[in-house]
Amino acid sequence: MSTQTLTIGKALNLGLRRAMEDDAKVVLMGEDIGRLGGVFRITDGLQKDFGEDRVVDTPLAEAGILGTAVGLAMRGYRPVCEIQFDGFVFPAYNQIVTQVAKIHARSRGRLPMPIVIRIPFGGGIGAVEHHSESPEAYFAHTPGLKVVAVSNPVDAYWGIQQAIAHPDPIVFLEPKRRYWDKAELDPDGTPDPLFASRVVRGGDDVTVLAYGPMVKTALQAAEAVAEEGRSLEVVDLRTLSPLDLDPVVESVRRTGRCVVVHEAPVTLGLGAEIAARVTEQCFHSLEAPVLRVGGYDTPYPPSKLEEEYLPDLDRVLDAVDRAMEF
Amino acid sequence: MSLSSATEVVDPVPGAGAPHLPRQPDLVQLLTPEGERVEHPQYAVDLDDAQLRDLYRDLVLVRRWDVEATALQRQGELGIWASLLGQEAAQIGAGRAMQPDDMAFPTYREHGVAWTRGVDPLHVISLFRGVDNGGWDPVATGFNLYTVVIGAQCLHGTGYAMGLQRDGAEQAVLAFLGDGATSQGEVNEAMIWAASFSAPVVFFCQNNQYAISVPLERQSRVPLYQRAAGFGFPGVRVDGNDVLAVLAVTRAALAAAREGQGPTFIEAFTYRMGAHTTSDDPTRYRLASELEEWKLRDPIARVKAYLSRSGAADADFFAAVEAEADELAGRIRRGTTEMPDPPGTAMFDRVYAEQTPPLAAQQAEFEAYQASFEGGHE
Repeated sequence: MSTQTLTIGKALNLGLRRAMEDDAKVVLMGEDIGRLGGVFRITDGLQKDFGEDRVVDTPLAEAGILGTAVGLAMRGYRPVCEIQFDGFVFPAYNQIVTQVAKIHARSRGRLPMPIVIRIPFGGGIGAVEHHSESPEAYFAHTPGLKVVAVSNPVDAYWGIQQAIAHPDPIVFLEPKRRYWDKAELDPDGTPDPLFASRVVRGGDDVTVLAYGPMVKTALQAAEAVAEEGRSLEVVDLRTLSPLDLDPVVESVRRTGRCVVVHEAPVTLGLGAEIAARVTEQCFHSLEAPVLRVGGYDTPYPPSKLEEEYLPDLDRVLDAVDRAMEF
Repeated sequence: MSLSSATEVVDPVPGAGAPHLPRQPDLVQLLTPEGERVEHPQYAVDLDDAQLRDLYRDLVLVRRWDVEATALQRQGELGIWASLLGQEAAQIGAGRAMQPDDMAFPTYREHGVAWTRGVDPLHVISLFRGVDNGGWDPVATGFNLYTVVIGAQCLHGTGYAMGLQRDGAEQAVLAFLGDGATSQGEVNEAMIWAASFSAPVVFFCQNNQYAISVPLERQSRVPLYQRAAGFGFPGVRVDGNDVLAVLAVTRAALAAAREGQGPTFIEAFTYRMGAHTTSDDPTRYRLASELEEWKLRDPIARVKAYLSRSGAADADFFAAVEAEADELAGRIRRGTTEMPDPPGTAMFDRVYAEQTPPLAAQQAEFEAYQASFEGGHE
């Protein structure tokens, strides 16, 4: 297959198809994922091609999706669960945190839990309550889970396949407002490792860390300040648990400045953990405290306010300015 | 005792909850509290004397194990113990109804079922001693690890049953729950899923009348077995203190599941004769007279009475079972007190199938910290 231009959504669809072709034990489960193809059409056409036993339109019950996924995993299947929207993961939270995350340890390795939990996450789509949230910290805080966030079609295509093939449970975060962003993809190329961060733009003045939908925002910020002669190094974290901070540490030791960007509320978000670790490992190189740009500590607001709530290019640059002036 | 008088005896909270509903549930009973065999139009068991003696032996041994574990807890050898006292027949009957390749999803009190699946009692004890979360192999035994979050295992069992369907396997799942668990959303979801997919799973509810301190009337206005109708599959209430009836009802339900007829809900009507756990004090929430009434319906005494009266067993047999029980108790006691503590690194070992670099680093820090005491620390 030659290189093609795909959206994140189409890349995920193709990646899921590949994973299902590669392993007959892969079963997709979720609400409206069959005949409809999912509310974002990520599973479009898969039920038609793989049947109702492998692409399961489930009852409307998120705990049921995750709880039955546990049983299927015990039986040797590899369930891929779609949670329709980020804010609807909480009915399944008990199963994810008390069961999915712990069964491998509880069973002393006898019961692996190769479950992928796909969650379209983040705001910016003008939605009603519960459709724009960023719940990653809850899962990154939970031992036994792994958490990844994709930012582009290439990572989406490879990442979903790598996550499905991985033996541990993975919360797989998809930036819903970027589903339609396009990139060139060689479906027969060689993927980067799943659990690795990546420097996506080199620079010397400030290291900007982002993941999921905020990677694009960080890159736009870097582009904007380049005209002013400032140079930002942008890192796509890609893996939120485990964190891969080696490239970050290397970068911050050079730049001396670090800004972390995410949509989730700042308090006790990923940025807090990253700030602590970067400070610990780069203490003598830092010219400024690690700064965080994130959502405010409010419930995600009604959509007329989300532009004010969400970090954007200007808020990233404001933090960059503060880091430079410190 | 007739069927009608039996149902009268077991109605725990007369008039509670749903006075407008019929008061007489259809209780399946094959062996009365007095040890008389009775027939039921739908359910029958045909056991020879040796099989009846085996069931008696199971009942006595698991009760002895339970008594020993309670004593070990009182002596500080276990952190806690969840006693099965009074529920032996429900558990032995259910466990012995299973085929070897069926799969059980227990709560944390199914020691009797564990026994029937060949799980070493010490592997259950190790959980309550705090050594691990249960040391047995759930796949090899067909007995999942204990699940402490109430009702969560019903979904796991249902999912496992969906896996059996995809495998074309003629096996079934027996998912255990208690009366309190029937209020959990996840249990209700499990029944919806099981019904929608016609999954080969049997929900085995031991209604022991209390969810720690809260009586059944707070969980349900209707007899629990009647809930099954709302989900679209059969519900059966069985005398949970009658090992023969439990065996017959559970066998039939598992057979139906294996044959593709979908789920069944079994309500085993029983009584938790002990405390919820060794940390509990039931005198705060129930009357001693209630316990005395249930002692008259003891699940073991009725089997012994029947075996004696029918001539299926003699004094030598009962003495031999007692001796075996003492031997088991001794083995459990020795095994418990000699059980080594796990190494500190055990907590890091199996968090992931593929260990992460940050956790490996944390483990290395832990080991270095522990090693720093060597030679200078008693």
